[in-house]
Amino acid sequence: MTAVHAEPCAARATSRVTKEDVRVALGAVLDPELDEPITDLGFVRSLEVTAGSDGAVVRLHLRLPTSFCSPNFAYLMASDSKDVITALKGVASVTVELDDHHDSDLINAGLAADAGYRGTFKHEAEDSLEELRWTFRRKAHTAAMERCLTELLRSDPDLLETDMGNVRLWDLPEGRNKEALLRRRTALGLPGGTNSIVLVNHEGHPYPAEAVPMALRRARSTRISIDGNAHFCRGLLRTRYDGSGADQTARPEGAEATPNHEQLPFTVKETHQ
Amino acid sequence: MYSKDGENYFIVDAHIALWDARPENQRNIHGKQFIDCFYDYHRNLSPEAEQWSYEEYLYQGGERLMKDLFDDGYVDHAIFQPAYLGEFYKNGFAQVQEAYGLAAANPDKLTYNHCYDPRHGEAGLDRLRADHEKMNFTGVKLYTAEWHGESRGYKLSDPWSYRYFEECRKLGIKNIHIHKGPTIRPLDRDAFDVADVDHAASDFTDLNFIVEHVGLPRLEDFCWIATQEPNVHGGLAVAMPFMHTRPRYFAQIIGELIYWIGEDRIQFSSDYALWTPRWLIERFVDFQIPEDMTEYAPLTTVQKKKILGLNAAKMYNIPVPAELQLPNAEETATGPRQPERADLAGVR
Repeated sequence: MTAVHAEPCAARATSRVTKEDVRVALGAVLDPELDEPITDLGFVRSLEVTAGSDGAVVRLHLRLPTSFCSPNFAYLMASDSKDVITALKGVASVTVELDDHHDSDLINAGLAADAGYRGTFKHEAEDSLEELRWTFRRKAHTAAMERCLTELLRSDPDLLETDMGNVRLWDLPEGRNKEALLRRRTALGLPGGTNSIVLVNHEGHPYPAEAVPMALRRARSTRISIDGNAHFCRGLLRTRYDGSGADQTARPEGAEATPNHEQLPFTVKETHQ
Repeated sequence: MYSKDGENYFIVDAHIALWDARPENQRNIHGKQFIDCFYDYHRNLSPEAEQWSYEEYLYQGGERLMKDLFDDGYVDHAIFQPAYLGEFYKNGFAQVQEAYGLAAANPDKLTYNHCYDPRHGEAGLDRLRADHEKMNFTGVKLYTAEWHGESRGYKLSDPWSYRYFEECRKLGIKNIHIHKGPTIRPLDRDAFDVADVDHAASDFTDLNFIVEHVGLPRLEDFCWIATQEPNVHGGLAVAMPFMHTRPRYFAQIIGELIYWIGEDRIQFSSDYALWTPRWLIERFVDFQIPEDMTEYAPLTTVQKKKILGLNAAKMYNIPVPAELQLPNAEETATGPRQPERADLAGVR
């Protein structure tokens, strides 16, 4: 008996959950659309960890850039947050609440009851949000691929768009863009071998030579969209919640040469009539 | 008209509203959330000198609208695109009667487009016919994320949407402006997806589909669809003010649009009263693609003139002085312009 009692006490003592532990765990929760951790985006409004008799009691509040952010994305981030915290050893109870959203009541009730996606949204849910996640994993890969190839193109003026169909992972310079691409490839189950072709669709198929420029252009529009949204969402959060900028991590991809709300005297091209 | 450096620009503001978001008109918390969301857009994207107080933002009235657009704003003609939002506002968000009255009193300056919701079924069709009989509009604005009872959105590919398009066709309503919003059933998929525009545009090639916000936040999906469907156009509502806060992003948006759909299918708008046209027009005329973005050609004066007014004027048969008119450009490299060649566009 003594031994049985001693075990959980010892476990509790050695695995006391801290705010930092929770924050690190939340780093794995991504905004599926922007493909960034909610901790970098400033979506964590408050985090409270207190000691309870059975373990840590965690209360998390999330906030989003607008009341009308898509409710499916909002739900995914909130429920993923609850999942990663619940999975921490030594956590006894978790409350996650989404603040100031048009669906806050619905989502918060669903989270409290562990009702799941379909239980939360009832007639508005059909199957699951898995396909939604995959749509954005694919887009994240497309954007990462384009960043690498455009970086390569800009580094060597002799390279042509049509050459991009033959570029292999070993041709890419090391750095943030390549690391990101490798992560996205892994997420899609694409091979990471250094001889792998870079410009592929989400099933890993390369493009015939004549289709390469168009594939690259399409990928570019995807990258522009994601970068644009990521920065706009960040900006809107800062506008909506005073001081929230301090909770955001800078995003170099798609960053402007000058800070927000400052006029930019950048060099412009000659206009030809 | 706006003139600079010896060039004259005929201005059509293709997306404006006359709204009332004052607390007494808010039906519930969502009415407040909606206008607060707009106000945050306004605060976030406007230069400091152009920012309004919250009170000003809630309601402007017809007189202020006329001043902002036509006295101060260089606009030659503007088009109402009402979003009704009856679930959020007692008397609707867009002030439909007031806007219609203002347009009727100033037909040379204002065009009134109407709105409808296909979820009203047969009764809504009767209403559309009656409204059209009275107001004789040639365009409508559809907000697909409008709430309606248990439903929080619809698709343009829904059967009832098609019934309404058939009616539009009969009534001579040719221009369908679309604002994609975030909530729609089922929530399983991306609510901002513009794939339903693709279906509708393929099946109603005699109607024009103008996707507002050029499909943002799904610019890439919009470009791809518009490339293949010659009757799909892009409205620059919400995209314009990025010139100020995020000029490199704006350069990429406009660069992509010109690459994919060409200079003849892009329409300027201030999205009044989200923003006012004056500063947007001044800056757009001065705007240029940054030098290091070698993937895009510089913007030409001709392109700016078309975007700022000539494209929308053509769609709405708004008279433009002969000396300001311009011919269409050649087809883009990415796809056909003529409906009969739509099927020859690139394979998906």
